[in-house]
This record gives sequence, structure tokens and C-alpha cells, in this order.
Amino acid sequence: MNKALNTLTNGIIRENPTFGLVLGMCPTLATTTSAINGMSMGLATLFVLVCSNLVISLLKNLIPDKVRIPAFIVVIATFVTMVQLLMQAYLPDLYETLGLFIPLIVVNCIVLGRAEAFAAKNSVGLSLLDGLGMGIGFTLSLTVLGAVREFLGAGSVFGLTVYPADYAQLIFVLAPGAFICLAFLMAAFNKIKK
Amino acid sequence: MNKLESSLKNMLLSLTLITAFAGALLGGVYALTKDPIADAQQLKQDRAKAEVLSQEGNYTFTTVEGGRNVVVYKAFDESGDLAGYSVQTSDSNAFNGLISLMVGFDTTGVITGYTVLSQSETPGLGANMVDWFKTNKGKQCIVGLNPSEKKFFVSKDGGDVDAITAATITSRAFLRAVKLASDELGAVRLFDELDEVAVQQEADSTFSLSKINITEEQIHKLFEQQ
Amino acid sequence: MVYLLIFISAIFVNNIVFSQFLGICPFLGVSKKIDTALGMGAAVTFVLTLATIVTFLLQKYVLEAFHVEFLQTILFILVIAALVQMIELILKKISPSLYQALGVFLPLITTNCCILGVAIMVGDGTWVSKIPGAHSELLQGTVFAFATAIGFALALVLFAGIREQLSLNKVPRAMEGTPIALLVAGLLAMAFMGFSGVV
Repeated sequence: MNKALNTLTNGIIRENPTFGLVLGMCPTLATTTSAINGMSMGLATLFVLVCSNLVISLLKNLIPDKVRIPAFIVVIATFVTMVQLLMQAYLPDLYETLGLFIPLIVVNCIVLGRAEAFAAKNSVGLSLLDGLGMGIGFTLSLTVLGAVREFLGAGSVFGLTVYPADYAQLIFVLAPGAFICLAFLMAAFNKIKK
Repeated sequence: MNKLESSLKNMLLSLTLITAFAGALLGGVYALTKDPIADAQQLKQDRAKAEVLSQEGNYTFTTVEGGRNVVVYKAFDESGDLAGYSVQTSDSNAFNGLISLMVGFDTTGVITGYTVLSQSETPGLGANMVDWFKTNKGKQCIVGLNPSEKKFFVSKDGGDVDAITAATITSRAFLRAVKLASDELGAVRLFDELDEVAVQQEADSTFSLSKINITEEQIHKLFEQQ
Repeated sequence: MVYLLIFISAIFVNNIVFSQFLGICPFLGVSKKIDTALGMGAAVTFVLTLATIVTFLLQKYVLEAFHVEFLQTILFILVIAALVQMIELILKKISPSLYQALGVFLPLITTNCCILGVAIMVGDGTWVSKIPGAHSELLQGTVFAFATAIGFALALVLFAGIREQLSLNKVPRAMEGTPIALLVAGLLAMAFMGFSGVV
């Protein structure tokens, strides 16, 4: 029981994929122009992570070692395409906003990394929890980063106006602001962790 | 169960099985989502076409291809009368490349509304065009104007419309696109008028071309455009 | 003329790292020294150009011909992975010196999202919307991929140069490592914003 809880919280705090492991930087920087966008990207990744971890730990004995990477990639790409099709059908506006970064979940180092480092070695239940923990950790970081950028750059959080947008610094929703916000959030995370 | 050995047979077999299964699964999901995806795209287009017209209502549209990537949709209301036009237009020289718009006109060619279909302008600057040109403030609102009667370019260049603050390039591209829509619509309306004349002429032998209010200048302009 | 525009747009205006946010992982990971940055840049240029040609042809003659566009992601990533392996094997055989220079970077490239990202952009033809006059065809798409890779290499080398200097300076402990690198990247991105609107 303790081990299960540890596995779950591992991804959220100790090995937080964004702030701790520094993985999956591309979607982290590109899609966090607002809290909602960041959260949606996080949730899409969470879905792929949980499903691929589950399937890979189920199939781990059926996949010979030498072809494990291509096999993992096929599994991951399948779930990514499923997310892509479902979003296009039922959330077309969101799909347009996130655009290219949905298919690019395939090459998000977190997904392949967890498949290789955890799911291929552990039981189905633990792999599921690991995927869930990592996914939640990723979603949380993206939501926080998105919220900070939206607050500084557009004067709102989750679309709710906090102060007039005229006083907001536009640079934070543009490309440089992504790097700068993430730099300071990561520094704060380091400081708190120590 | 023990882990399978990395023999050639096992490797081929497991990869083939996984890929085949993945392909089948995706085929299934694709078949399920194919119609909703098409519907979603159609719905977006339909909504844009209807929302730029002056009044809400159930319109039916007929499509007329204009030149230069412009598509004119004629809107007919429930009683079958022409209610206005929705025109899809674009300009490829905005700040970040292509912008694409749907612009509504009433039957006399006055703008009734617009909506931005796609753009990748700078958020907070050029992207403000989504609301800027329909906000009634200063000379920035284009709703209610007839582009062919106004100096339809930004006031910085001596025109009648105020550009978006700090986004003149976007504003120029936007107004170019709307003007293009208006010009193409003008051509479509002129052709319709000529058609009407032809029909009337057949019915009434005393009818002459001089009865329609079309000037020689307009005809020249029309042929230049085509 | 359009080729010049493609170059300027892909290298400066829409730089893959600073404005598209693709390939950030190798950008942060392999940018501590100028030498390795150059090696990585060259390897990416090589693979990206080749992969784009192959995936564009697959898109036109397989995916679109058989109406299975939804298999794009899965097909492209497998092709890229296979291509990288193949390049590795061929280089080893025919040019050991080149293999020595690029070899260590090749396995890292499969998961470099700028390869898949550009392949999808060129496959779908979405890249043309940012460059007036460009068309989605093989030659222009390949030039775009090549120019994008040059932009990536430029960003990587610039960044590595700054980081070499940076390593000599004292920074607050919490900012050490990635955070200070991200801050530098933010300033560079700001500089690159100066190019926006040129094309």
C-alpha cells in the first residue's frame, strides 16, 4: 500500500516531470499561453501516459528486448492518434489551439521514458499508478505555468479577468515570456525542494 | 510467463502483431469519429456564415465561386428571399502570414459583420482584429460601412478606418481582405443584375439595356477584375 | 525569390526553437559546448532534410492515395526511427570519420520533436501559410526543412557560446543549471522577436 502511494506521489512532487526531470519542454513552453490550454495539454498527455503504461506493462513479456523501442513507439503513437481523432471530433476549437503539439506527444520524452524506465519492469497496477502520478504532475505544472503566464500577460486566470488587460505585460504570453516564467518557476521549485 | 527471446521469429511476430492490432484499433476509432469530425468542421463553417449576417435566422446558402480565392455565399431566408451575402476571403500578407475571414454584407453591399476563421497574428496586438473592427469607437468600426463607397484603408495611409493600435500591418491586410470580398461581391451582384435584365428582355421586347443603372466605368472595372 | 523568403522565415522570423518551441530538449541538453552543438546541428540538418523528403513522398503516395491520413503520426515516427538507424549503419560503413563526428547524436534524434514536427508541417502543407508565395511541393518543402534545420543549428550554437561564458559566472544556487539557461533562452527569444514581420 505504501509502495503504491509512493509511486503515485513520486511523479507529482519528487520526480515532477517538468520541474524535477526537465522532460517534455516543448509542449510545456508552447501550449501554456493560458491556464486552460496548459491544462488541456496536460490532460491529453495524462491519457496517453496512463494508457501506454498500462498496455506496455501488460505486453512486457511478449515483446523481445531488441525490438522494444519500436514496439513502445507503435503503442504510444496509437493512443496519440486516438486522442487526436477524438479531439478533432468533439473538441475542435481546442484541437486547433494545441495544433501540432497533440501528434507531438509521441516524441514527448516523458511518455517513452516512463514506458522504458518503469512500465517495462513493473506490474500492471504500479505502472498504472506511475502513469497517473506522472500525468498529474505534468498537468499540474502546465496549469500553474499557464496560469502565471495568463495572469502576467493578459490579466486573467482561467479566462476570468483579475485586473484590466491594459496593465498586463504582453511579453509573457509571447515566446520569451514562456522561457522566463519557466526559469523562475523552476528556480522556486528548486528552492522549496531543498 | 518468461520474457520472449530476441530471436528473429519472435521479433517479427510480436512487432507484426502489435502493429496489426494498432492499425485495426485506429481504423475502428477513425470510422467512429469520421462523421463527427466532418460535422464539426461543417458546423463551424455554417455558424460563421450565419453569424456575420445582420439578423439571426434560418438561412439557406448557395455558393458562388468568386475569383482570387474568394467564395460568395448567397443567404436566402425562410421565405426564399435574398437576405444578404456571406463572403469568405483572405490575405496572405498579414504580420504572420495568412489570415482568413468571413464577412457578411446586406443586399446593398453594406458590411453587417465579420468573423475571423483563421489567423496566427501576435496575441494582444494583431490578434485583436477579432473584435477591433466591430467595436464602435472612433473610426475603427467597419460594420455599417460600404467598402466601395469609402476610402477603405487605414487612416495612417489617408483612409477612413482606424488601424489596430501597434498593428498597422495586420490592419492593412485585414482591410485588403474585406475590400477584396466587397469587390468580388460587387462583380457577383452585377452579373446577377445582368442575368435579370436578360430574363426581362426576353419577356419584354421593349426593354433596353439602358434601363439598368450600370455605368460604362463599372463594366470596365468588372472586366479588369475577371 | 520565394526560396530566399523561405530561408529568412525559417531561420530568423519563425525560428524553430525560439518561436515554434520545437526541439527544446536537445537545445537544453546538448548546448554546453560549441563543439557538441555544431555536431548536433549538423546531424539534425542531415536527418531532418532526408526525413522530410521521405515523409512527404509517403504522405502523397501512400497516406493520401489510400485515404488513411489518420495513420500519419504512427507511420512518420516509425519511418523516422528506421531512417535514423539506417543512416547510422550506412555512415558507419561508408564514412567512419563522419560517423565518428555525428554518431553519438543520431540515437538522440529519433525523439527530437523538431524532426516529427517539421515532417508533419510539410506533410500537411501547413508551413506555407507563413510565407507568402510558397507552395506545398517537394522542392520547396525540402528547402523549408533544410532552412529550419539551419535555424536550429544557429540557435544551438549561439546558445552554446553563451553557456560557455555563463559557466564561468556565479549564479544564485536555485537558478543553477536549467533555470539560468532558460532565462538566457528567453532573452535570446526576445532578440529573435525583432525579426518578426520581416517576411
